[in-house]
Amino acid sequence: MALSGMRGLSVFISDIRNCQNKDQERLRVDKELGNIRTRIKNDKGLSPYEKKKYVWKMLYIYMLGYDVDFGHMEAVSLISAPKYPEKQVGYIVTSCLLNENHDFLRLAINAVRNDIIGRNETFQCLALTMVGNIGGREFAESLAPDVQKLIISSSCRPLVRKKAALCLLRLYRKNPDVVNVDGWADRMAQLLDERDLGVLTASMSLLVALVSNYHEAYWSSLPKCVKILERLARNQDIPQEYTYYGIPSPWLQVKTMRALQYFPTVEDPNTRRSLFDVLQRILMGTDVVKNVNKNNASHAVLFEALSLVMHLDAEKEMMSQCVALLGKFIAVREPNIRYLGLENMTRMMLVTDVQDIIKRHQAQVITSLKDPDISIRRRALDLLYGMCDVSNAKDIVEELLQYLSTSEFAMREELSLKAAILAEKFAPDLSWYVDVILQLIDKAGDFISDDIWFRVVQFITNNEDLQPYAAAKAREYLDKPAIHETMVKVSAYLLGEYGHLLARRPGCSPKEIFNVIHEKLPTVSMWTIPILLSTYAKILMHTQPPDPELQKQIWSIFQKFESCIDVEIQQRAVEYFALSSKGAALADILAEMPKFPERQSTLIKKAEDIESDTAEQSAIKLRSQQQASNALVMTDQRPANGTPPAAPLSLVKIPSMENKEEQHSEDRGLNQENGALTIVDPQPHPSEDLLGDLLGPTAIAGHSGAVQSDHNSLSGLEGIPDAAAIVPIEGHMNAVQPIGNIDERFRTLCAKDSGVLYEDPNIQIGVKAEWRAHQGRLVLFLGNKNTSPLASVQAVILPPTHLKMELSLVPETIPPRAQVQCPLEVVNLRPSRDVAVLDFSYNFGTLVNVKLRLPAVLNKFLQPLSLTPEEFFPQWRSLSGPPLKLQEVVRGVRPLPLVEMTNLFNSLRLMVCPALDPNPNNLVVSTTFYSETTRAMLCLVRIETDPADRTQLRMTVASGDPTLTFELKEFIKEQLVDIPVMSAAPVAPSEAPPRNPVLPSDDPAAILADLL
Amino acid sequence: MTIRFVLMVNKQGQTRLAQYYEYLTLEERRALEGEIVRKCLARTEQQCSFVEHRNYKVVYRRYASLFFLVGVDNDENELAILEFIHLLVETMDHHFGNVCELDIMFHLEKAHFMLEEMVMNGCIVETSKSNILTPIQLME
Repeated sequence: MALSGMRGLSVFISDIRNCQNKDQERLRVDKELGNIRTRIKNDKGLSPYEKKKYVWKMLYIYMLGYDVDFGHMEAVSLISAPKYPEKQVGYIVTSCLLNENHDFLRLAINAVRNDIIGRNETFQCLALTMVGNIGGREFAESLAPDVQKLIISSSCRPLVRKKAALCLLRLYRKNPDVVNVDGWADRMAQLLDERDLGVLTASMSLLVALVSNYHEAYWSSLPKCVKILERLARNQDIPQEYTYYGIPSPWLQVKTMRALQYFPTVEDPNTRRSLFDVLQRILMGTDVVKNVNKNNASHAVLFEALSLVMHLDAEKEMMSQCVALLGKFIAVREPNIRYLGLENMTRMMLVTDVQDIIKRHQAQVITSLKDPDISIRRRALDLLYGMCDVSNAKDIVEELLQYLSTSEFAMREELSLKAAILAEKFAPDLSWYVDVILQLIDKAGDFISDDIWFRVVQFITNNEDLQPYAAAKAREYLDKPAIHETMVKVSAYLLGEYGHLLARRPGCSPKEIFNVIHEKLPTVSMWTIPILLSTYAKILMHTQPPDPELQKQIWSIFQKFESCIDVEIQQRAVEYFALSSKGAALADILAEMPKFPERQSTLIKKAEDIESDTAEQSAIKLRSQQQASNALVMTDQRPANGTPPAAPLSLVKIPSMENKEEQHSEDRGLNQENGALTIVDPQPHPSEDLLGDLLGPTAIAGHSGAVQSDHNSLSGLEGIPDAAAIVPIEGHMNAVQPIGNIDERFRTLCAKDSGVLYEDPNIQIGVKAEWRAHQGRLVLFLGNKNTSPLASVQAVILPPTHLKMELSLVPETIPPRAQVQCPLEVVNLRPSRDVAVLDFSYNFGTLVNVKLRLPAVLNKFLQPLSLTPEEFFPQWRSLSGPPLKLQEVVRGVRPLPLVEMTNLFNSLRLMVCPALDPNPNNLVVSTTFYSETTRAMLCLVRIETDPADRTQLRMTVASGDPTLTFELKEFIKEQLVDIPVMSAAPVAPSEAPPRNPVLPSDDPAAILADLL
Repeated sequence: MTIRFVLMVNKQGQTRLAQYYEYLTLEERRALEGEIVRKCLARTEQQCSFVEHRNYKVVYRRYASLFFLVGVDNDENELAILEFIHLLVETMDHHFGNVCELDIMFHLEKAHFMLEEMVMNGCIVETSKSNILTPIQLME
C-alpha cells in the first residue's frame, strides 16, 4: 500500500495530481495546510501515525514549492519516537525541511546524541545521516568526538562507519575550529586499509576534505590510495555487488584518483611507478563499447585518469598520449565525450609541454564552435580562448567575430568580452585591434559593456599614429544605415577628437562630419546626447577659419538644448554655447584629451572576476596558480629573449572620459573606481622635517634614464662588504653618526607615505611614495646638506624575491646644497613580509655606508575596505579554518587603548569596521591585498582584546590565500608586539611561512633571510 | 567536488522529488528549479547531458517521462554522476520493478530513503544495490 499505508496521504497526492492548473493546486494545498494546522493545534495528542502522515504531507507540499511555516516541531519530535518507522520519518523530513540554523534543531540534539551513542545501529545510521546533512556548530561541539570514535570502532559494522565518516566530513568542513583532527593522519591511513568498499567510498570523500586543507599531514595515505586504485583497476577481490557493468566501482576509482590530485607530487619511486602503471593501463585499455552505461563508466574513470596524469607532471610522452586521446574525443559523434574532450583539453592547456600539440587541433575546436549544442560551444569557446596566442590570434578572433553574428544571446556577452580581451592581449598591430573592437560594437552592440569602448578610445588617445585611421573607420561606420548606439558614441567621440585629421578626405569636411553625426541625434538616448554635444563643440573649435553657417547650425542646437530637462545635457548646451563665442578660450578648453596613464586592463580583471570559485579549491586550480607564479619568477629573473611572452597592450582603464562624461558613468553605477583614480592627492604631504619643504611636490618626471638595476643578481650581493650586518651598520665602521633613530623612522614610514628615512650631518634621505594596487612608486630624495659635493654616491637595492624593484640611475655626485630625486618602481608579486634594503654609501672625507630598510612593506599593498555585516559574515564563514584562516593568541602586546589600536590599524590601511562585532572589546578589520599572483584579495581580521589585560589578545586572520593569511598575521603581530627600539636587527621572520616554495639557495632573498 | 541537489521532474516540469544538500530558501529553490528545468527539458537527444548553469553544472538523464537532474560543482566528474543517476534508477527498478513516475509520487518516502542511502552530505556513500535496499526492507 502506498506510503506505508497512509491512505489520507495517497488521496491528497491523487488530488494534487488531478488538479488542472496551478490555481486549483494552490486551493487544494491551502485546504490541506488549514486542515493540518487545525489538527496540530486542537489535538493535544496526535498519534505517531497521524504525526507521520501530516509530516509527509508537509514535505510533499514543501516540495511543490509552497511555504510550510508550521509543524516543524512535529517533525523534530518524531526523532525521539521509540519506533523505527516514526524515527525514520522524523529524521528524513527534518533534514529536508529545516536548515542548520533552525532553532528547533537544538531541541533534538540530545535525542540525536542518544541515538548515535546507542546500540541500535539502524538508529545510529539515521542520526548520523541527518547530522551529516544539516548538522551545525552545536552538533559539532557535542557530537564530533562520538562520531570520530564510531568511524574507527572495530565493533561497528561498515554501514555505521561509512555514515560516520561522511558525518565527520560535514562537521569538520563547517566548523574546522571545533572538530579536532589532530592525529587523524594515522587513523585516515588505517581507515584506507579497510576492505569494505562502502566504507572506502565514504572515507575517500573524507580524505579529500582533509587533504585539501592540509596535505602535508596525510602523506601516509598516499600509498594506500595507490593500492586501492590498483586493487580496483586490476579487479582484485571486488564483490559482484560493487561491480558496475563489469567495472569495479567506477565511483570509488574516480574519488581515489581525485584524492591523489590533492597531493602535490608522488615522491616515492615505487609508489610512483605503480601509480603510472595503473594510469597507463587505464589510458590505453579503455575501449569504446556498445553498452552506453559501460562506456560512460569506463570513460568516467578514463577522464579522471587524464586529470591525474596532468597533475603528476608525467613524462612528455604520456602527456602527448593524453592529448592524442583528447584529440580523438573532440571529434567523435557522442556529444558527452565531445564535451568532456573539450573541457579536459582546456585544462590540459595549463601544461606547458603540450600546448603546441594542442594547438594542432585548432581547426576541430573551431568546428565545435558551430556545434548544435550550446554546452559544447561554450567549452569550445573556453578552449579557443585558452589556446590563443600571438601566432593564432588573428584567426581565432576572426572566427569569434563571425560566430558572434549567429550565436544565441546567452553567449554573446561572454563571447564579445573574450574577443575583446584576446584582441587586446595579442594584437599583432594596433589598427587590427581597432578594427576588431569596432566590429564587435557593430555586431553585438547590446553586449558591449562601456569598459570595452572606453578602452579602445583610451588606446587611440595614447597612440597618435592610430588616430587618423580610427577616425576614418568611425566615419565609415556612420555611413551604415542603422548602427548601434554604442557605435554612435564611439564614432562621435573619435570624430570630435580626431575628425579634423581627415579634413582633406572626401566626405570628411567638418560640415559633412557634423551632418552625418547629427543625423543620428534623433535616434539616440539621453545618455548619448551629451557626447554628441561635446563633439559638436569640438568640430566647431577645429573649423578654422570658422564656417558661419555651421556655427549657426550648431549654436541653434545648443540653444535648443538649453532648456532640456536633463541637467547634464542642459549644462553642456549652456556652457558650450557660451564658450564657443569666446574664440581663443574655446581652443584651450576643448583641446585634445591628454594621454591616459597606463593601468591594468579592466577587461582582463572583469574576465577574471567572472570565473567563479567553487567551495573546494580544486587541485587543478591550485596547480595553475603555482604555475603562474613560477612563470612570474622566471620572467622576473630574465625577460625571455626571442619570443617574449605576449604582453598585453599597454593600455588602460580610463580615469574619466571627460569630466562631464564621468558624471554619467557614475549615474549608471559604472567605473566608480575611475573617479577615485583621478583624486590622487597632488600635494606633498606636510612634513615636519627640515628638508620637508625641499622635497617639493612630487611631480615625478619621466624615468627616461631608468635602467634595471642589475644588483638584484647574486653578484651584486657578493660585492657588498660585510654583508652580515645588513641593517644600520653602527658607528664603529662609520665615522658619521646618524641623526635620529633609524628604526623609528622606518616604523613611522610604514604607516605614512612620506618622511625622512635617514639623516646624518652630511645627507638627508627622504622618501615619498605612491601606492596603487600591487604597484608602487617610491621617490628617494637625496639631499646634500654640505657646501661641498658628496662624492662616490652609490645606491643599490637588495629586493626580496616577492618584489620587483627598479631604481633609476643615481648620480655619482650630489652637488652642494642640492637635492636629487631617484624614482624607484615597485611591483608586488606575492604576499611576503620580507623587507627590501637600500645599500647606500657616499664619500665625504671618509666612506660612509648604511643599509636601510625601505618602507615597501606588506601593508602598502593594502587597500582599506569597508564592509557591512551582510558582506562580512558570509565571507568570514566561507574562509574556514587553516590554512586560510589562522588564529593565534598574541602575548606581550604593547598596551594600547582601543581607540589607539583602531588608529594604528587604520594607519596601516587595515580598515576597522565599527560595530561589526557586537563585543565592544573586539575589532573587526577588512582590507584588500594586491599582488600580481593573488590579484585583489579580501583579507579579514578579528582582534579580541582582553580589557583586563591589554598585553594580550587573540587574533584571527583570514584570506583566500594561505601564504597571505600567514604573512598578514605575522605582520600584524609585528606591529602590535612591543619590540625594543634599540635592537639593531630588523624584525626577522622567525617562523617559515607554511607551504612557501623553498627558495633556491642562490636567491638573494634566501641569502638575506639567512643573514637576518 | 560535491552533489548540490538531486531533482526528479516530469516532462511537464513538475517536481516529483527534490533533495538539496546545501540550504536554499524556498524562493531560491523555485527559481532554480524553474530555470534549470526549462533549460534541460528544451534539449534534444543529440545534445550532451551536461548543462552549465550559474556557477555549477547540471548532469541530467531522461527516462521516459521523467527527468533526473543532479546539480554538481564545476569540477565534478560528469560521467560518474551520469552513471550514478542510472544506478539510482536501477536500484529503484530493483525495488519497484520498472519504476515509473507514479511509483515515485506515491512512494515518495521510499524514493527518499533510497536516495538517502546513496548520497549523504553531497557525497556518494553507497553503490551496492543490496546494501542500499536493506533498510527499506527493514521498514516493510
